[in-house]
Amino acid sequence: MTRQPVHFYQVGSFAVGNRLLDADDRTVQSNRDRTNSIDSGHRACQGCGEALGARYALDAAMRATNGQVVAVNATGCLEVFSTPYPETSWRIPWLHSLFGNAPAVATGVAAALRVKGKHDVRVVAQAGDGGTVDIGFGALSGMFERNDDVLFICYDNEGYMNTGVQRSAATPPAARTATTDAVGPEPGNVFGTGKDLPRIAMAHDIPYVATATVADLHDLERKVERAMEIRGARYLHVLVPCPLGWGSASNDTIHIARLAKESGLFPVFEAENGKVTSVSPIRRRVPVEEYLSIQRRYGHLFGKSPRPDIVARIQEMANDNIARYGLVDEDVEAKEITD
Amino acid sequence: MDTPFAITLGVGTSRANHTGSWRVERPVYVDRLPPCNNACPAGENIQGWLYEAESGNYEAAWRKLVEENPLPSIMGRVCFHPCETACNRVQVDEAVGINAVERFLGDLAIEKGWQLPDPGPDTSKRILVVGAGPAGLSATYHLRLLGHQVRLVDSAERLGGMMRYGIPAYRLPRAILDAEIDRVIAMGVDVALNHVVHDIEEERSAGGFDAVFLAVGAQLGKRVNIPAGDSSKIVDAVSFLHQVAHDDPPLLGRRVVVYGGGDTAFDAARTARRLGATDAVIVYRRNRERMGASGEEFEQALGEGVTVRWLSTVNKFEGDHIVLEKMQLNDEGFPESTGEFEELDADSLVLALGQDTDLSLLDHAQDVTVEDGAVSVETSMMAGASGIFAGGDAVPADRTATVAVGHGKRAAHGIDDYVMGRAPDVKQRHELATFERLNTWYYADAPRTKRPELEKIRRQTNFEEVVGGLTEDNALFEARRCLSCGNCFECDNCFGVCPDNAVIKLGTGERYEFDYDFCKGCGICVKECPCGAIEMVPERI
Repeated sequence: MTRQPVHFYQVGSFAVGNRLLDADDRTVQSNRDRTNSIDSGHRACQGCGEALGARYALDAAMRATNGQVVAVNATGCLEVFSTPYPETSWRIPWLHSLFGNAPAVATGVAAALRVKGKHDVRVVAQAGDGGTVDIGFGALSGMFERNDDVLFICYDNEGYMNTGVQRSAATPPAARTATTDAVGPEPGNVFGTGKDLPRIAMAHDIPYVATATVADLHDLERKVERAMEIRGARYLHVLVPCPLGWGSASNDTIHIARLAKESGLFPVFEAENGKVTSVSPIRRRVPVEEYLSIQRRYGHLFGKSPRPDIVARIQEMANDNIARYGLVDEDVEAKEITD
Repeated sequence: MDTPFAITLGVGTSRANHTGSWRVERPVYVDRLPPCNNACPAGENIQGWLYEAESGNYEAAWRKLVEENPLPSIMGRVCFHPCETACNRVQVDEAVGINAVERFLGDLAIEKGWQLPDPGPDTSKRILVVGAGPAGLSATYHLRLLGHQVRLVDSAERLGGMMRYGIPAYRLPRAILDAEIDRVIAMGVDVALNHVVHDIEEERSAGGFDAVFLAVGAQLGKRVNIPAGDSSKIVDAVSFLHQVAHDDPPLLGRRVVVYGGGDTAFDAARTARRLGATDAVIVYRRNRERMGASGEEFEQALGEGVTVRWLSTVNKFEGDHIVLEKMQLNDEGFPESTGEFEELDADSLVLALGQDTDLSLLDHAQDVTVEDGAVSVETSMMAGASGIFAGGDAVPADRTATVAVGHGKRAAHGIDDYVMGRAPDVKQRHELATFERLNTWYYADAPRTKRPELEKIRRQTNFEEVVGGLTEDNALFEARRCLSCGNCFECDNCFGVCPDNAVIKLGTGERYEFDYDFCKGCGICVKECPCGAIEMVPERI
């Protein structure tokens, strides 16, 4: 399901809002009456991508279900910065138990609602990449396998950030973290490890799997909306840059997410029942260097003793993604050349 | 307090936590000057009227446009549109077709019969405007808006000045010219045609005028001494175009040579083609890069079969041919003789070497300085302290209709201050909205809509308009290509991208406000604002 982008309306459908669009075609975020599921006063860092991604996703889920959402949260940044006892930023029913059990708790909430006959109340579980790909992985795989009626959202900032930036199985190769120092011949995180969770989720043949970034709001909201139309286990993986852990400027959060997509390092697609059904093509392709060089976690690849060989390996990864998902529209590229 | 088991504190909202205290820089909304507005000689608020046109509100757009310039339909045809040259969209794909949209709005206003605003409340001040070209008409309009009484005099039979007697009809159809002039006159103007002013002071005191605006134009074609045989026909371009406008074109024969490289030279050559010349050759002493004519007019002329001899001067005109001398440019770019000559068959020679102003009416005026054939003026357009103002081609500036319109407006405000005894109001200009401040990711990709051009073959033989107008669809599309540089157009980006919900949306037309209690100063809103209407400033501690 690809929605036709709106052309020629000044900002088309790229910006959050557009006064020239019909109200139905505008984003949830452009509406003054949006839920603001996570409220002001939370203690996320300046320019936090996760706080933004969580509001985007949950506000969209709230609209899609007429406000009938229960959120279950794993331990992680999102939980810590939003709910330091006795304060909370959540303006929706919200439940936190342990780091690793969010999928199982969500399964339980869904079962309880079913028993009580509350079929209109939907369950969203959310976790960071640590709670998803490492600590909660077993429970999540079980939730997928049982096809429980839960939308599980992973806000991927590629590491354990609030505990001091340690490596997770979602940390990309060559990135420096507190546990993968930028020393030796292969500085930073090693190549060839880690887990590609969207593809693992697809391998469970669950009804819906999608990826998104905080840089394309229309796309993210549409995917949440689509997920809420479906019953059963669904998985949404959202890339949320982390100024603290990535060593990026706080105002670059959305810019970096955009570069991750436009370089091909983070493929944006959706899949139903194990098959890819649509991809977001790259609009203005950039070399990975543009994405890497503005993050201090890759600082050792540039500067005084640069490592173009490692940058080239990362570029290979981007090229593989582009080939695997067909992220570059061949016709468009050819046309640009003949123009 | 009654709390559940193991709970000692009541749950509270995080809004108690004013995270705004983390901030070292704060975002503030700004308005910056769009480059189009900055470049417009008539001082139009282009970004402002395009904004209205984007939502299809054409009347509001036109009303915004005529706040500054009462002649949009004319401008949409003859303006050399420096706004488009300055347009930031050039660096994305192509400039917004501002001129075409202006023409669309102007034509629509004529079609719908929209009228200019009512004149302001009567001040009983009387102003004499000499010359009914673009400067005089613009001044008249703004003076009427300000409530002053205007007597508009012109030496010609009809109003319009160079717009009627200099610009050929294929560039500016007379019905359009008449419609826009009539609309200004309908505001209540005392018009005197065929009226030559010989002495400005005498005219002023006889009529008891509080101030005078001189917009007499530059009507005299410059002549140079070219050795020529008795039978050689030499005319100047201004008289030639004037005669054509009068429906009394001179006979120039089949081979016409035009000497000069400005817009007037091209107008003359294109007009000659339409009158039946098989060869219309422009002789210009410099090269194309140094030519005065606009690129558009040049391209259109070439398309109509006009040819150009670059780096040549006319040496003499003997019988049926002209002797040209080849030139070369020296290091400073000035043409120098080479001593090489060549011949060019010709039946007539049109001189388009610039124009002079007839300022004899100022001979008895006090405190007015005339230098190099032009009246020296202050920024208010006042020439000396005597309440005499001047503008258009009569003052030192680029000689274009748009510049003249701008002069008219500025002079009207200068006259207003003068007759009302007010100190001039110095307006603070906003900082320029440069391309670097935009985030062009957000703008939809959209190529520019071209105005259809009449088939070349058709326009060689008649005076039909060459450049067609936009349809409504095209005009809307074109208006929506505007990037709204430096001015918020309410795209909701700041409202959407704030991780702390610290942007308050105030509603349509009201823009936004920051909630500094919670804004942490991350700066995402600044970075993601498409048009650069937010900036970070250091927090005062």
